Amino acid sequence: MKIKTLTSALAVAGFGVVLGIGGGSSAKAEEFTAVSWGGAYSESQSNAYIKPYTQANPDVKINFEDYSGGLAEVRAQSEAGNVTWDLVDVIYTDAVTGCDEGLFLEIDFDDDLARGEDGSRPTQDFLPEALGSPCFIPQIAYSTTFGFRSDLVSPETVADVFDLDKFPGKRGLQKVPTYNLEWALIADGVDKDDVYDVLSTPEGVDRAFAKLDTIKDSVVWWEAGAQPPQLLADGEVVIASAYNGRLFAAIEEEKQPIAMLWDGQALDLDGWAIAAGSEHIDAVKKFVRYATDTQRLADQAKWISYGPLRKSSLPLVGKHADLGIDMAPHMPTKYADQGFWTGFDFWADNKDELSERFNAWLAQ
Amino acid sequence: MAITGNIDKSNGDDGVMRTADGTPLKLSLQRAQRRQKQRTFFLVVPLLVFILFSFVFPILNMLTRSVEDPQVVSYMSNTLDALEGWDGESLPGEPVFEAMAQDFKIGRENKTIGRVGKRLNYEKSGMRGLFNKTARRIDKIETGPWKQTFLDIDKKWGNVETFTVIQRHDSAYSISYYLSALDLKHNEQNEIVRQAEERRIYVSLFLRTFGVSLVIAVLTLLLGFPIAYLMANLPLRYSNLLMILVLLPFWTSLLVRTTSWIVLLQSQGVINDIFVAVGIIDEEERIQMIFNMTGTIVAMTHILLPFMVLPLYSVMRTIPPSYMRAARSLGANQFVAFVRIYLPQTVPGISAGAILVFILAIGYYITPALVGGETGQLISNIIAYHMQRSLNWGLAGALGSILLLSVLVLFGLYSRFIGLRGLKFG
Repeated sequence: MKIKTLTSALAVAGFGVVLGIGGGSSAKAEEFTAVSWGGAYSESQSNAYIKPYTQANPDVKINFEDYSGGLAEVRAQSEAGNVTWDLVDVIYTDAVTGCDEGLFLEIDFDDDLARGEDGSRPTQDFLPEALGSPCFIPQIAYSTTFGFRSDLVSPETVADVFDLDKFPGKRGLQKVPTYNLEWALIADGVDKDDVYDVLSTPEGVDRAFAKLDTIKDSVVWWEAGAQPPQLLADGEVVIASAYNGRLFAAIEEEKQPIAMLWDGQALDLDGWAIAAGSEHIDAVKKFVRYATDTQRLADQAKWISYGPLRKSSLPLVGKHADLGIDMAPHMPTKYADQGFWTGFDFWADNKDELSERFNAWLAQ
Repeated sequence: MAITGNIDKSNGDDGVMRTADGTPLKLSLQRAQRRQKQRTFFLVVPLLVFILFSFVFPILNMLTRSVEDPQVVSYMSNTLDALEGWDGESLPGEPVFEAMAQDFKIGRENKTIGRVGKRLNYEKSGMRGLFNKTARRIDKIETGPWKQTFLDIDKKWGNVETFTVIQRHDSAYSISYYLSALDLKHNEQNEIVRQAEERRIYVSLFLRTFGVSLVIAVLTLLLGFPIAYLMANLPLRYSNLLMILVLLPFWTSLLVRTTSWIVLLQSQGVINDIFVAVGIIDEEERIQMIFNMTGTIVAMTHILLPFMVLPLYSVMRTIPPSYMRAARSLGANQFVAFVRIYLPQTVPGISAGAILVFILAIGYYITPALVGGETGQLISNIIAYHMQRSLNWGLAGALGSILLLSVLVLFGLYSRFIGLRGLKFG
């Protein structure tokens, strides 16, 4: 604690000296750092709102960096008292964890975010599923769903994915308990609306693992989002769970013989979170307000097939910037009825335990 | 200083050798040597500082984290005070709940209650949700009776174990992360018992890591020994070529080498394709050689091979060929001469290579992560998971400390039985 106080005192003193010498020449320029996932996703953000924002506000400089997810860096910066990432693109569960730990700033949706183009308040305009954590600033919905080799198999439901007799061949699944347990139960006949109720009981967890056991020998486990489309393209697996955006790229951009299943898709959220210790909170909030308004969220869908979380953005979703195809049919939110929303509270409480059990089960 | 005293006493004609200005030679020499030592020390200061910050400090930090347990003590002090003297069997009374209400209100205000919930969730699933829900609701309630209020919010507050878990964290330091790291836990009676069978993973992972590292050390030795022997004994132009062949992969990026193995070994990969084309196996019988233990061992053996070859080579080069010739001329056949004369002289190289490979393999992370699939994962992958994903740095620290300790113990055993003298790393 003492060291931290001393460092910040020194930092303040040093800052004062700099100001003294510089005579406050360029105090107006604002600079902050935003980090996101890189690749096509960062590209879509850059095109949809970072470039337009910095063009409209030449005095603002945004350093846009990549990271690979997780909160390790955010926490390390916070503990060192030296926050360099002011704005972080996070999946919803990380926002919740960071909120619990006091790493992220709580915001007021109605005060801090823009009204919808139709004048509706943000709390009305955003999908209710997206407003569960005060630290999470909603952007897009993505889903983890099944892609399959359309030339080899033709599954129609999650139950087909688990049916090795009907569709022989390897399956690709993500090496985490999340969604695999849910799908196992759905394939075993549980209604998708009851999945988390069943999974909250020890018998339900046993049942899910028992169902996974039936295909365990035929599963190739993946970890990075780029893997499943590759596994499918190589013919390593015939059906694989994958992020819908990755499948879209493989199907529409690379024209692979792959098709996708919306049935049983698991919807998840991605958004911004502001670092609690940021020194540029005002500038960051101003940017976030712009970046999550109706038009900007709709624009993002021109570059990536993830669904905007504002109701008012959905009708504005247009054509893909390069391919020229209509993007509305590729938004996972359009097919929300066929899948289920991730049980965020369930996983926040049970992930530690179920991950251990899942890893133990894998190693058996 | 003691020396100066001595000299002062033995002033005069006592046979002490002196320099031109009359100081005893011994003293003058010592001064010169001290100055020399200081100069040497200043030369290594940058390295020392670097090691301090990049090695000693992080390790100490890791060790501290693995025993630190400050959340409950710092943020629920009122509750802990009120729980003093609690029998641990029946549900605590109103004073405890009142104190807890206070802690929750403060914790909600300061946004610290989530940290307590998250910490306790490691011990008992559901605590995180319970704490967040309670903090949200209790904020709006001004007056008691608190016990009933808590029970209305969630019936888990009527569960004695909830309080056992809270009370167990009444010290800022605990061994609970080490218990988790060894697949142990506290049960409801506060006794240390083994983790439920389906959740035991860490001990078997440790054993697997050591086993795999040992296998890799042996494999690199078997593969590396003949190469090193050839390199040491072939004419220079051939041995140089061999050396380049050994060093080329060594200089190539780790990721490139690992992913090339994926290309070669995957079931639609080069090797399987050849097998199918030649007719050794059928299309349906393609062998799974990657994303499992085989993949991990093959890729790591290849990547760590130079660490075995180079120490072996540097030792073998110094073995005079005349020893072997002498053994032959004294009647030993080729085999006996090799086993009794040549092999013992390569032991320093074998030891150095084996230690290098073994210790590097124990901490290997990226290769098993990429090609290990589900059965080829090592302990470092789980440590990385807890650092980056679950954010359970205490457990990551405990796992890391156990790994460090076991390496030190193995190293100690090694130096005791085989000895570090004559070890040659290159």
